Formats: sequence, structure tokens, C-alpha cells
Amino acid sequence: MPDAAKVRIAFRVNGSEHIVHAWPMARLLDVLREELRLTGTKEGCGEGECGACAVLLDGALVNSCLVPALHADGASIITIEGVAQGEQLHAVQQAFLEHGGAQCGICTPGMVLAAVNLLEKCPNPTEADIRNGLAGNLCRCTGYMKIFESVVAACKQQR
Amino acid sequence: MRAYLPQFELITPTALEDALKLLAREPGQWEPFAGGTDLMVLLEAGKLAHQRFLNIWRLKELHGMEETRENVTLGALTTYTEVQKHETLQREFPLLCRAAAVTGSVATQNRGTLGGNIANASPAADSPPALLVYDAELELLSARGARWVRYAQFHKGYKQMDLAPDELIARIRLPRRANVAPGFSPASWGWHEYYSKVGTRSAQAISKVCFAGAAQMANGRIADIRIALGSVAPTVVRCAKTEEFLRAEEKLTPAAVQKAQEILAGEIAPIDDFRSTARYRRRVAQNLLGEFLGSAVR
Repeated sequence: MPDAAKVRIAFRVNGSEHIVHAWPMARLLDVLREELRLTGTKEGCGEGECGACAVLLDGALVNSCLVPALHADGASIITIEGVAQGEQLHAVQQAFLEHGGAQCGICTPGMVLAAVNLLEKCPNPTEADIRNGLAGNLCRCTGYMKIFESVVAACKQQR
Repeated sequence: MRAYLPQFELITPTALEDALKLLAREPGQWEPFAGGTDLMVLLEAGKLAHQRFLNIWRLKELHGMEETRENVTLGALTTYTEVQKHETLQREFPLLCRAAAVTGSVATQNRGTLGGNIANASPAADSPPALLVYDAELELLSARGARWVRYAQFHKGYKQMDLAPDELIARIRLPRRANVAPGFSPASWGWHEYYSKVGTRSAQAISKVCFAGAAQMANGRIADIRIALGSVAPTVVRCAKTEEFLRAEEKLTPAAVQKAQEILAGEIAPIDDFRSTARYRRRVAQNLLGEFLGSAVR
């Protein structure tokens, strides 16, 4: 089969309109990192197990390694670069800083987006809700407790 | 190794009719692509069997849910997140909601679809045992027309389905239990439902054994019972012989439970693989049956 043609993808990322041309099966992860140079989104496992590449796609948490960029055509995306409002960190980011929620940092963008998504859907989560909301995000440094504490602190901050 | 991207097509038909025409014109050439949670994993691993994909994600005919007096019908592209949120499913088909909640994690549940889970045909999938317990039926669409098949007869062998190359899985129909009026919970009619997924952890992990059961109890007796398992055979399995034995038992004595566990072992065919062993799976399947029956009479 001859090579496919690149496809035009128009989407809104962190509030700005972008048009890119990508191979039809290009991963959203690669388009964000390589075309838009938004390298805050990390690749961990590349198979949907670790959550390091999580972004919000039309308000839904997704693993961008498992989304063809084509599925983002016409969509609105928030990456880790779009979570803070200018210099003002999101409550989740501030809590991660203050409570030791981040160590090496590779899981942190996905972890923060999963937490932001959880608090949007469930503003007063139980411990079980937090564990479930972050169950798809692996961290090899913190042992998770400081991350859970950060999310609890962010909830209190938001109230 | 990662696949060479320019080799892959992903085309987006604007209407269901166009998708079916393309499948009819070039049957077997185009593989439907929905949420991508299985196919994108294979892409990254360089193991995709096809090169040309038909993007059905936005075909609105394959989304949505419909309720009639007799059935609840779900579009094949219903995601796990949508399943969990649906009130009628929570009330009348709780095993499906439980399965959806333990499939992957939030990000997977937002993209993974029931139809995709069925078409991927993994014997270790989490929602099919629930679909089997609820006597689900599938609508298969092609340019030739529509047909309905019983889900229990859909998987013919490992990754083999009663699905022609020009057909799409369009809808999943769940018959409401005959003695349950809409709006009432099956639990109020004596239905006891049990779902258990045994794996290395509850999120993300693929199951070593997955068990779905529903039993209607009347005066301590089993009036009706349905049992299905995943990860213990080349396909997901409904255990008709075990059900038949239990339906005929006057009372669920320990001896009857043990006999049922023996019959169950004959209805499954687990294997050793990198996730578990045949021996462990057989034993756990029997234990889960015991736990299910114990919880039903309690």
C-alpha cells in the first residue's frame, strides 16, 4: 500500500487555536510534544498503563498515547501547560508543591491532570474516590501517600 | 518496535451508510477503529494486523441508549464511563456497571467502548461476562441489512466471531428481566448479583479470572441462576451445566455447592500464561462460585 497522506487537524490547545498536519494514526501525544513543543506531557509506558501522558480532551481525562490526533480534530485540549492561570498555580499544583506530591516529576503532569479532573467531577472526594481517580497514574517515587495528601489539601483549598 | 506511521490509513466516513458501503466494497480491507484503547497499544508495539482503519468514533448512530418496556439498547460506542453513569443500568444491570468500573482506569473508561471490547474478542475482557449473564444480543449491520445474534453464540473460538468482514457491531440489547417492571430494581424481586475480578490489582490489571453471576432467590431456593466467566477459556463462557444443576437443587447445601464447583471445573478450560496458571485459575473460579452462592443464600 502506498503511504497515506497527512491529514489536517484543527484544535484548541490550552485556549489557543492550532492547525497541524499529521499522519492519520499519529498519536496525540507525539503531535502535542513534537509539533506544538508542549513537552510537559510525558510518555511513560506508551500503552495506556501509566497515565504520564494524560490530558483533558473536551473535558475528559484521556491517555494521549492511545488517542490518534485525528480524534482531536475540532476538540479542545488542556495539557499540563494550561492548568495554571498565568503565574497563578492551580490549587492541585500548589498542593503538590507544598505536600511533597512530586519527586522525579515524570508522573506529575498526568497525576496533576487526573487530580484536576477528579476535583472537577467530584469536588468532595472520599479517600476511595481519590484512589480510584488516580488509579491509572503510576508513580515510582512517592509511594502515593504524599500525592493523596496533596489532593486532600487541594480539596480543602478549593472549598 | 514502533510502527512506521505513513503506512497506516485512518479514514472518517461522514455517515454510517458510507462506512457500510466501504466495508461492502472492500470487505476485510478496513478494520473499524473506535476508542483505540486496544488498537493504539498494538500500533505502538508494531503489532497491528491491519493498515487501513475505518474511524467509526463519531458515527452518531452507534452512540446513545434507548429504553423500551422489554429492552435497554446501547450503541456499540457506549463508553465505560457512560455505562457507569446510566441510572437504568445501575438499577437493572449492575454487573455491567461493576465491570465498567474495573476496566482500566478513568482515562481508559472515557475512551474504551462496549462494542470495541466485544470486537477485540479477548477472553480476558471484563464486560463480556456481565453481558453473558444478562443474555445480551448484538445487532450486526452491513450494507446487506441488519441481523441480531445472541451474544452467547457470538464468540466462536479464540478471537473468532460470528461477524462477517463487511459487518459492524452496531448495538447491544439487554432484555429486561421478565418479572421486573421498568423502574423497579431486580433486587426487589430476589435477584442477587455478584461480580469479581481477580488480578494483580483492581485497576488497570487484566484479570486472571473474572466472574459474573446473578441468582434469583425465592424462599432460600434458587429460582433462576446465570453464571459467566472470563480468562478461563478461549472465549468468555456462560456455564450452562452448572446453572442447570443449581436450578434443579432443592436446597443449597454444602454438598450441592461442592458438586456445582466440580461441574464448573468441567465447563472451563483455563491455560497457563504470563498472567497466571491453569491450576490457579480453576481453583479461583471454583472459589468465586462458592463465594457467589454463599452470598446469595445469606
